[in-house]
Amino acid sequence: MSNSTLPDLEEAPRQTAYNDAPAGSAPVTDTTGATLAGFRNAEDLIIPGVEDVVEESTSQHHPPGSDPVTSQTMVLNMGPQHPSTHGVLRLVLEVDGETVISCAPDIGYLHTGIEKTAEAKFYSQVTPLTDRIDYICPMTNNTAYALAVEKLLGLEIPERSQYLRVLLNELTRIQSHLVWLGTHAMDIGALTVFLYCFREREDLLRIFEAISGQRMMSSYIRIGGVALEPPADVYDRIRKFLNAFPKHIEEYEGLLNANPIWMGRLKGVGVLSGEEAIALGVTGPPLRASGVDWDLRRDMPYSGYDKFKFNVPVSKDGDVWARYIVRMQEMRESVSICHQALDLLANLRETRLNADAPKIVLPDREQMKTQMESLIHHFKIVTEGFQVPAGEATSSVEAPHGMMNYYVVSDGTAKPYRVHMRNADFANLQALETMCKGRLIADVVAVIGSIDIVLGAIDR
Amino acid sequence: MDPITNPATPDAIFGKQAVCEALADHVAVGAIQHLLLDAKWDRKELTLTVAPENIRAAAQAAKDVGYNFFEDVTAVDWYPAEPRFQVAYSILSMALKQRIRINARLSGDDPRIDSITSIWPSANFYEREVFDLYGIHFAGHPRLTRIMMPDNWNGHPLRKDYPVEGYR
Repeated sequence: MSNSTLPDLEEAPRQTAYNDAPAGSAPVTDTTGATLAGFRNAEDLIIPGVEDVVEESTSQHHPPGSDPVTSQTMVLNMGPQHPSTHGVLRLVLEVDGETVISCAPDIGYLHTGIEKTAEAKFYSQVTPLTDRIDYICPMTNNTAYALAVEKLLGLEIPERSQYLRVLLNELTRIQSHLVWLGTHAMDIGALTVFLYCFREREDLLRIFEAISGQRMMSSYIRIGGVALEPPADVYDRIRKFLNAFPKHIEEYEGLLNANPIWMGRLKGVGVLSGEEAIALGVTGPPLRASGVDWDLRRDMPYSGYDKFKFNVPVSKDGDVWARYIVRMQEMRESVSICHQALDLLANLRETRLNADAPKIVLPDREQMKTQMESLIHHFKIVTEGFQVPAGEATSSVEAPHGMMNYYVVSDGTAKPYRVHMRNADFANLQALETMCKGRLIADVVAVIGSIDIVLGAIDR
Repeated sequence: MDPITNPATPDAIFGKQAVCEALADHVAVGAIQHLLLDAKWDRKELTLTVAPENIRAAAQAAKDVGYNFFEDVTAVDWYPAEPRFQVAYSILSMALKQRIRINARLSGDDPRIDSITSIWPSANFYEREVFDLYGIHFAGHPRLTRIMMPDNWNGHPLRKDYPVEGYR
């Protein structure tokens, strides 16, 4: 790729001042079509590239031999092996002393081409790939993919499967938030919280293992329903966990809420306004912590979420502390949703689990071994897949990290023509510079922890 | 009334004329009507197709009527058909609780379209991703460089003429 085909940087000059044009006059940024009055303008919100940061810093460097104690900035490389970057995120920071002037993320270290691989698989073979995208919440990935393909197929899912999906999605949310809280607190220096969180996460992973046979890469939620009937005793185990869990949340809060280091590192750090959050595509807990009351589970319900009663925690502060508070409240709401789901499931125990679509849903193992018809269907699904009517469909779910969309295009064959995932982490990362600018290097670590990124979801 | 919950809305409507008539009171249809090339209401999703040169006007028009949240942009390669690339923008209105898809078709020779980063800064990473994986050029993007693949990578992996296991 030669530089001559790149757009001219001079075409849209970067503006650093706030757009404070008086009402009625033409906005300053009118030439580029941007009219984001009232806060930093569109150009300033755009996170720079690595080259921008390096160029900006080195352009101010003084020739060798001149007085070193003069005002010039330094470029600091952070990651991709830095433990507080939660995986393989590389950040290039321009720092003045210890103050961050600008910051550019460099991603793609974990790019595995899942979208390309999906185009070469049958629809049902894509489900295990989706586990590995946002590997902290595999059940949510499965749900989002299944909903998109079911929309293309026009498949009706029985209530029992829908509520089972809700139950597992909420347990996954608790599990994901436990990983977030543990690692975030560890970044700040509170190691005990990490051990406590992973103790409870272990209970959840054992429940997932009992249900699906896998601790993490569960592939449990399939097109047309779920993989298999959960064991009979698992509901009591989940109930037991849910009854004990609110006490554990208090335990974490007891360790953190009044901790002066925790408060000092979180309060007033990484502030993001609601308008900036929307302009930068931020979703999930960081969006709600910035005062935007938006939750897909309530506002655009899917998989029977409209039958559940729950609150959406919102905070107006927009800082790292607000994101902490919002997620802690979300865990409590998830416990309440899980209880409701268990109640609903208890009334549906004898009803149908999967969609009545023998050409799409794999038959029951027992039937497959005793009935010719089921054996044929099983053979056909495994060897030839199933054809999906041509068209395009988007599903959208509220994942623990924010809005997760799956865009699936079908050309009428048994393999998806295109599968695209929109993961919240990818967009949330774009807000990093806005949150870190003018703060200290140590605050970058707190901010990365607070947006709860998973690099598997960013790079795919 | 929201066409999703309105029982009078047909299951599928194809064609500009038919969609404009059946969904005449839809906010997005009203705002983008003058730019439409084609439209589709299918599986309770509205897809509006505009010419590539009108994409910024369409995005701005949608934003002005309340579609405030840019979700993502991606592409579909219809190789060897022409126009080859379909660029699909997904835009959400938080107030109306509705999602629309704006499509544009680009030719395979020199795929280029205007960047909408000045309307939604969140398009930055998504346009870089489409550029990286499809080779579609976004004019006016502040820094259009590869984002997933290494800078010296040969080819654009999500194109249909790029082998699944890479060049050997």
